[in-house]
Amino acid sequence: MPATSKATRESHARVFDLDVQSLRELNQALHNLTAGSNETAWEVLNPKGNHSVAVGVDQPVSIDVRGSVGYYCGGMNSGSAITVHGSAGPGVGENMMAGSITVKGDASQYAGATGKGGLLVIEGNASSRCGISMKGIDIVVHGNIGHMSAFMAQSGNLVVLGDAGDALGDSIYEARLFVRGKVDSLGADCIAKEMRPEHLDLLQGLLDRAGVTGVKPSEFKRYGSARTLYNFNIDNADAY
Amino acid sequence: MTYRNPPTTPRKSATFDDYTLSEIRRAAATGIYDIRGAGAKRKLPHFDDLLFLGASISRYPLEGYRERCDTSVVLGSRHAKKPIELKIPITIAGMSFGSLSGPAKEALGRGATLSGTSTTTGDGGMTEEERGHSKQLVYQYLPSRYGMNLRDLRRADAIEVVVGQGAKPGGGGMLLGQKISDRVAEMRTLPKGIDQRSASRHPDWTGPDDLEIKILELREITDWEKPIYVKVGGARPYYDTALAVKAGADVVVVDGMQGGTAATQEVFIENVGQPTLACIRPAVQALQDLGMHRKVQLIVSGGIRNGADVAKAMALGVDAVSIGTAALVALGDNDPRWEAEYNELGTTSGAYDDWHEGKDPAGITTQDPELMKRVDPVAAGRRLANYLKVMTLEAQTIARACGKNSLHNLEPEDLVALTIEAAAMAGVPLAGTNWIPGKNGF
Repeated sequence: MPATSKATRESHARVFDLDVQSLRELNQALHNLTAGSNETAWEVLNPKGNHSVAVGVDQPVSIDVRGSVGYYCGGMNSGSAITVHGSAGPGVGENMMAGSITVKGDASQYAGATGKGGLLVIEGNASSRCGISMKGIDIVVHGNIGHMSAFMAQSGNLVVLGDAGDALGDSIYEARLFVRGKVDSLGADCIAKEMRPEHLDLLQGLLDRAGVTGVKPSEFKRYGSARTLYNFNIDNADAY
Repeated sequence: MTYRNPPTTPRKSATFDDYTLSEIRRAAATGIYDIRGAGAKRKLPHFDDLLFLGASISRYPLEGYRERCDTSVVLGSRHAKKPIELKIPITIAGMSFGSLSGPAKEALGRGATLSGTSTTTGDGGMTEEERGHSKQLVYQYLPSRYGMNLRDLRRADAIEVVVGQGAKPGGGGMLLGQKISDRVAEMRTLPKGIDQRSASRHPDWTGPDDLEIKILELREITDWEKPIYVKVGGARPYYDTALAVKAGADVVVVDGMQGGTAATQEVFIENVGQPTLACIRPAVQALQDLGMHRKVQLIVSGGIRNGADVAKAMALGVDAVSIGTAALVALGDNDPRWEAEYNELGTTSGAYDDWHEGKDPAGITTQDPELMKRVDPVAAGRRLANYLKVMTLEAQTIARACGKNSLHNLEPEDLVALTIEAAAMAGVPLAGTNWIPGKNGF
């Protein structure tokens, strides 16, 4: 979890109140940051479901959002550590490049969609299409995820401590999926795979980074691509 | 000598013509649909079916070589702090690195920059070749999001949210394994050599209300500086244009079915979507109904070949046009100089469309290091600039003859149609009559 102690935040955090200031002012101020800025702690008050809170931030600052956000919070994040002290609407952390986003509550559809890097942690549940088209991001969901998650997932890791809905990993490429609970069904070309020692190590590292304790990697099953649809073969047409 | 009854001439079916028979045999032999590049090849109502009236007693012309005829256009003035200002109303359409070689992308950038116009990335991210050589570069935001990243988004001059394209409205991208080189694979985060079929829908929004929120996000990320285009295939041009405007687009791009693709099923290219000519008036009407004509700019593409096509599209109300296939031909695509090699591939220059196979003798639609050497980016860029210059001069010639001191002053009243179909689609009278099919109840 992004570490910003309460004391530090209170003494140094730059506070933005979206009841008073505009979203535009917030994002512009975050974009104006340059490398080495000492404004490293930010706090956003009264997000009240606003869309596009703290999008396109490319400096390693911490941003605590005190409440729930709408669509695309932390979109294209490229280095900041964002904590949403509430729930997140659709597309939280979409296309994240680097850094981290932690959602204390639940996340709506498409969490971490097309993410290229960084870590997305959902402490509650995530809805459908979690990790859709992911391209290198790591996603850890403490609860359950909805249907069609990791659709066309290209690379990166999706860790689910709870259950997964229907059609998990449909048309998956090289992403790795780890699910601790039950999976309602697997999508086209997604299969259960052997959990080898390197996967247990990888998973332990992901759990550590996500601040998960009391859960063993051996409790998870691994899923990934059967790689039978990588090159078109007419005899596979029924799979689509 | 025995008398033989006179035979009839062997007669082939118009329905089962030679091409159709060959396709049935090909399908029966392979069990897979035909994939190819380019746009619709069938005969369609097009700009050739329209004519300009020119000046007469009631309209006086401008001097062809003396009086000024403005060709400039500003795109994105609705919301963007930094609209795109082009010297000519002809832009280069989105074509991906991956489908095209690096030197071909560089040549497009060079040619566009020499001509004072923009070029566009494609479904494969932004390359240094094109960014470095394109003064004005439009960065496509596609369902696949291959190579999409914050740095490139911010160094783009405009962003084009691609909802669809004319060759395949409702279809996703396709790049087969033969063209997935190490570099292409890395940019797309995919294993080398696998077939890459990108999604047909955006992963994180569906419908016009979501699109509005997505556009807001892109504006926030780029500090409201860059024009945001929305590109749609020629499916429902009236409603798609209206919804794009409602969602906040600065520019709407409508691509008719003659617009090309790197690779798609033949059946899709030829049977889904509407001809470019049929898309223009509904799109313009949507802008006019919303009071946004000329405030939100309209770009139309798909089968634009010469200055007459440019002038006709603009007379029907578009602000600029975009070219893809024609630009590739200017670079050297389908050049008869490679005829022997086209023959080896079972085709002929002018008909070569197996761009997905990566064997392009002209070195344009390939990732083969030897073939792509055949494209000299400087010379090819110069050819593209020459071609754009000719198109512009042609359009100006027509505009002056119609008495217009700007290409944007051309209007439907300057046009008549040669066929009833074109008259109905373009909303201009059939030549020699005052009849516009569908107007006034007839």
